[in-house]
Formats: sequence, structure tokens, C-alpha cells
Amino acid sequence: MTSGTSPTTSVPLVGAARPGLLGKLWRGNLGPVLAVVAAILVIWYVAAVLMNWTGVSERFGRMGQEATAGTIFWQTMAEDRPMLPAPHQILVELDKTILDVAPTSRRSLVHHAVETISATLVGFLMGSALGVLLAVGIVHLRTLQKSLMPWVISSQTVPILAIAPIIVVVLGSIGLRGLIPKAIISAYLCFFPVTIGMVKGLEAPDRLQRDLMRTYSASSWEIFWKLRLPASLPYLFASLKVAIAISLVGAIVAELPTGAQAGLGARLLAGSYYGQTIQIWSALVVAAACAALLVVAVGLVEKVVTKAMGGRP
Amino acid sequence: MSAFLQRRLASPAKVAWLVALTWVGCVYALGLVHQPDVAGNAGGGFWALVLALWITATLSVAGLAGLKTRSKTAQAAIDLFTPLLFGAFLFFLWEVVVVGFGVPGALMPPPSAIWERILVSGDLLWADFRQTFLKGVLAGYAIGCLSGFAVAILADRVPFLRRGLLPVGNFVAALPIIGIAPIMVMWFGFDWQSKAAVVVVMTFFPMLVNTVAGLEEASRMERDLMRSYAAGYWETLVKLRLPAALPFVFNALKINSTLALIGAIVAEFFGTPIVGMGFRISAEAARLGLDMVWAVIALAAVAGSTFYGLVALAERAATFWHPSIRR
Repeated sequence: MTSGTSPTTSVPLVGAARPGLLGKLWRGNLGPVLAVVAAILVIWYVAAVLMNWTGVSERFGRMGQEATAGTIFWQTMAEDRPMLPAPHQILVELDKTILDVAPTSRRSLVHHAVETISATLVGFLMGSALGVLLAVGIVHLRTLQKSLMPWVISSQTVPILAIAPIIVVVLGSIGLRGLIPKAIISAYLCFFPVTIGMVKGLEAPDRLQRDLMRTYSASSWEIFWKLRLPASLPYLFASLKVAIAISLVGAIVAELPTGAQAGLGARLLAGSYYGQTIQIWSALVVAAACAALLVVAVGLVEKVVTKAMGGRP
Repeated sequence: MSAFLQRRLASPAKVAWLVALTWVGCVYALGLVHQPDVAGNAGGGFWALVLALWITATLSVAGLAGLKTRSKTAQAAIDLFTPLLFGAFLFFLWEVVVVGFGVPGALMPPPSAIWERILVSGDLLWADFRQTFLKGVLAGYAIGCLSGFAVAILADRVPFLRRGLLPVGNFVAALPIIGIAPIMVMWFGFDWQSKAAVVVVMTFFPMLVNTVAGLEEASRMERDLMRSYAAGYWETLVKLRLPAALPFVFNALKINSTLALIGAIVAEFFGTPIVGMGFRISAEAARLGLDMVWAVIALAAVAGSTFYGLVALAERAATFWHPSIRR
């Protein structure tokens, strides 16, 4: 923060660099975050040993082998189908399914991730467009605001995610297959935060600013383009970040019990059928990475757009 | 156009006539469409009637939305009635289109069939509700929210933990946590405990992130005032910072109320005893009993809205001082 702006009169301290660096780590967020992540990893290893212990020792007992505690300890982190795989096992599996196979192969996690992300993106675009349109309508038409807004809000108490697979089945029976049904689920999930955020954003300019536009004799069209829309952008992007994360959740859940052949959700379900815990965990890790990637991408677009509109980043 | 309509429809009597006309027309059309010779092959005349009703319904909603009265209770009644009329007309359209075109029940059942199914299988629905909601959702919601709150207090007491946990918590809150459902089913078995576990993980992070944000809400001045009263950490927490954090805590409680239901139902897709809302949905969908599927969805929607509504009522009672509630 204020580092680097050292006054020129002060004598540079020799050897002050190391405590300075450590102190900066300690005071900033990076140090604590790394500590928390390290703690999670340690807890994970301990849990892996504890949870797999009984399974491993029973198997050694069945095979009639004498096993020392040491042998069992190492075996708990090398099981084929452990209760909880150790982090390095997941890394090995990720390496095997991402780097060792061609990205087009059915065994490649990249293939599945691309399948899910494409549905996510299509749904996200549809949902955000719908959300923005609804918000514009709600802000401009009193009738819509009074009659539609309560339904937009109560539409979210319907656990739509829970019936996503059924919607996929119904859409499939009228001939819609593949990407589109999943995208529709994602769109339904992500229109809501966009509508709510956008309504808030479009109404962010206060009475004084709108009156100023009126004294310039601006039409309501001009007020929309030149005042309301620019003012709503921060709200819009905040909602878009939420929306793309739920959109991914929607796409994954839509793949669950519908016999989808590809996608991270199908991977989760297959793993759960055959007890392949390492496969489940590696699919989860990839899903988490996708979520992070998508949110960061929206953040980058926000930076570019804000800069292009002349805003201060 | 909307402004023009509202000027033309400013008188309550006109609007009342329109609403009554729409109502009578809809009842007549419903009676008509369920006659055996109309159902499935409704003619052009019938659809012209529906179209006319659509127009009168739009006009009545526009008129209702434009009505302004001095009396507060009358205004509240109008504000409640407008969306209700809008929703009721959507249900009417659903019924008329599905019955009129003879859409097969396996594809899309009409609302009347769903209602009959709800009346017939009350016992089954109650058993599902008890299994999923009263056991899985409520237990998981309570544990998840309480532990999220407790960890937030702990993180607030230890600044190092807060700076480390908050970015991690924000990151995890954006992840597709629902994916842990198969793992939880593997760990905690098929019964409601595994569903509660999924709900715990799903509700924990929103609560943590919101409570930590809420605890920052009390300003420096207010904290300094507490200090000058010689209040310690806990006293400041209980008397100043927790009350100031309440709107954030309730925000998390509201988000979690819908998340919890979703988590429990989706977790049941991965393995369950032969009872529960998620089990009923997947089992009935597999044999195309869509009226039962929709009945469960209706039940879930009512349960979800009621849960949300109760939390919102509690919020009103607890944060009566907040500007968004004080009128």
C-alpha cells in the first residue's frame, strides 16, 4: 500500500528487506490465505488417514496378512476406492485425465469440462439477456413492475434446480436434446440475479440527475442510454458474477440423472455409481476451477468495459 | 402506451368492470374447454375467445397497476391483488392451452390434474415432506447456519483468521458445492443424515461471508463511543456490532432457506430410502407420472415460500429499526 514511497531523507536499513517482506505477507491477505489453505490440506491428509484406516486394516485382515501400523498408514493414502482420497491422489488422477489423454477423448476431463462450459455459456447469455430485458421493462412500465416483479421474486422459491433433470427429460421428449435443455436450466437460474441487480442499477440515478436530464430536454430513450445504463453497469457486473456461477451449477445438475454421456455432472454420477471416489473428487476440482475461471473472466470483461466507458477501475 | 392506457382506465369502476368481465369470461372458457367435444380439438372461435380474454386481462392488470387511492389498506389490497390476477391468468392460460390442444399428460399435465393428484395422494406427499424437509432440510439448515455464525465470530476475534478465511470463503461460496452430494451419500448413508450434511456445507459459507461483512458494519465512531463507555470486546459485540450485523445475517438466512431445499432434493437423486421429495421426483419422472412430479414441485414451492416468508417475518421483528423496514 504505502510501501515504495519511502522518504528520501531516511537512511536505508541494511538487511531490513526480509522482515519487511515477511511483515508484508503477514499484514496483507496472501499470508493468511496461504496459512488457511495449508491448514485445510493438513486436515485433509489427517482425515484421509483416519477415514480410510478401518477399511484398509479390515482388508489386510481378510487377506490374512500381518500389517504393521506403518504399512496401513501408507496404504490409506494409496487406496483404489478410498472413502476420502488424499490430495496427491487427486492430482495424479487429474494429471492422468487431463495431460495424458487427447482432449477429444471420452476419458479426458477437458472434453467433459468443455461440454459443461459450453452449456453454461449459452445459458448464461440467454439468461442475462432475458434478465436485462425484464429489468428494462420493469423499470419503464409500471404495469410490469406491479404485476411481474412479485412473480420474479417468488419464482426463486421454486427449487428449480431440483427439477432440472425432469425439465431436460420433457424437453428431450419434444425433440430438444444436447446443449439446449441444459442451457435453458442455466438461463432460468441466472436471469433472476441479473433482473434484480439491473433493476437496482437502472434506478440508481436519483431524482436530481433525472431532472437534470429533463432540463436538457432528453427523451426517456436518451435518459436510458446516457444516464441509466452507464449508472447500472457496476450493479450489472456484480450480478453477472453471481449469475455465471449459478449457471455452471445449473448445467452440472442438469446433466445428473438424465443419462447424459458427457459433462462434469455425468462424470460425477458415473463416479458415484461405481464408487470411484477419486473420479468424483477430480471432477469436483475441475468444476471448481471452471467456476473460478468463469468468474475471473467476467471480472476481466468488467475491467475492460469500465475502462472503455471512461470509468475509474 | 402504458401511460395512455392508465389515463383511460383511471376510474375504479371501469377497472372493476374489466376485472369482473375477465373473471366471468375465464370461468366460461374453462367450462367450455373441459367439454369432451372441445378438449383436444378446440376450434378457431374458442381461441378467439381466449385471445379476447388475454386482452381484457392485460387491460385489467394495467388498470389495477395504475389505480391510486388515499387509503393505505386499499392500496395494499390492490398491490396484492394485481400480481395475483396476473398469476391466476397465467395458470388459466396453462390449463386452456394444455387441455385445448390435447397435450398428452406425460408431457405437460394441466393444473387441474395436478391439483387432483395433490388431493388424492396427500399421505404420500406428507411422508415425503417429513423425510426431506422436516428431517434433512431443517437439521442441516440449523447446523449450517449456526456453525457459519460461530466461525464468523471466531474469525472476527482473530484478525489473522479473518483475512485468511474470508477470501477462501468467498471463493468456496461461488463453487458448485452441490457436487459433493454423491460423496456425502457415500459417507453418511442413504437416509436423511447425508442430505442434512449437504445442506450444512451449502449453508455454511453464505452465513460465514455475510456475518463477517455485517460485523464490519458498525462504524469507527460508534465503536469508539463503546470504548469510551469502557465496554469490552464481548459487550461491544453483543450490544453494538451484532445488532448492526443483523440485516446481513438475515440476508444469509434468506439465501440459505432456498439453498437448503435445493440441496436436500438434489442430494436425494444420488441415493435415498424410498421416500422423500427428490426420490419421488426422479421415480415418477422415470415412469412419466408428470402430474405427481408437478405435485411435488408445487409442494416444494409452497414449503420454500413459507420458509422464506417466516424468515422475512422474523427479520421484520428483529430489525425493526432498519431504514428499509421503517417507513
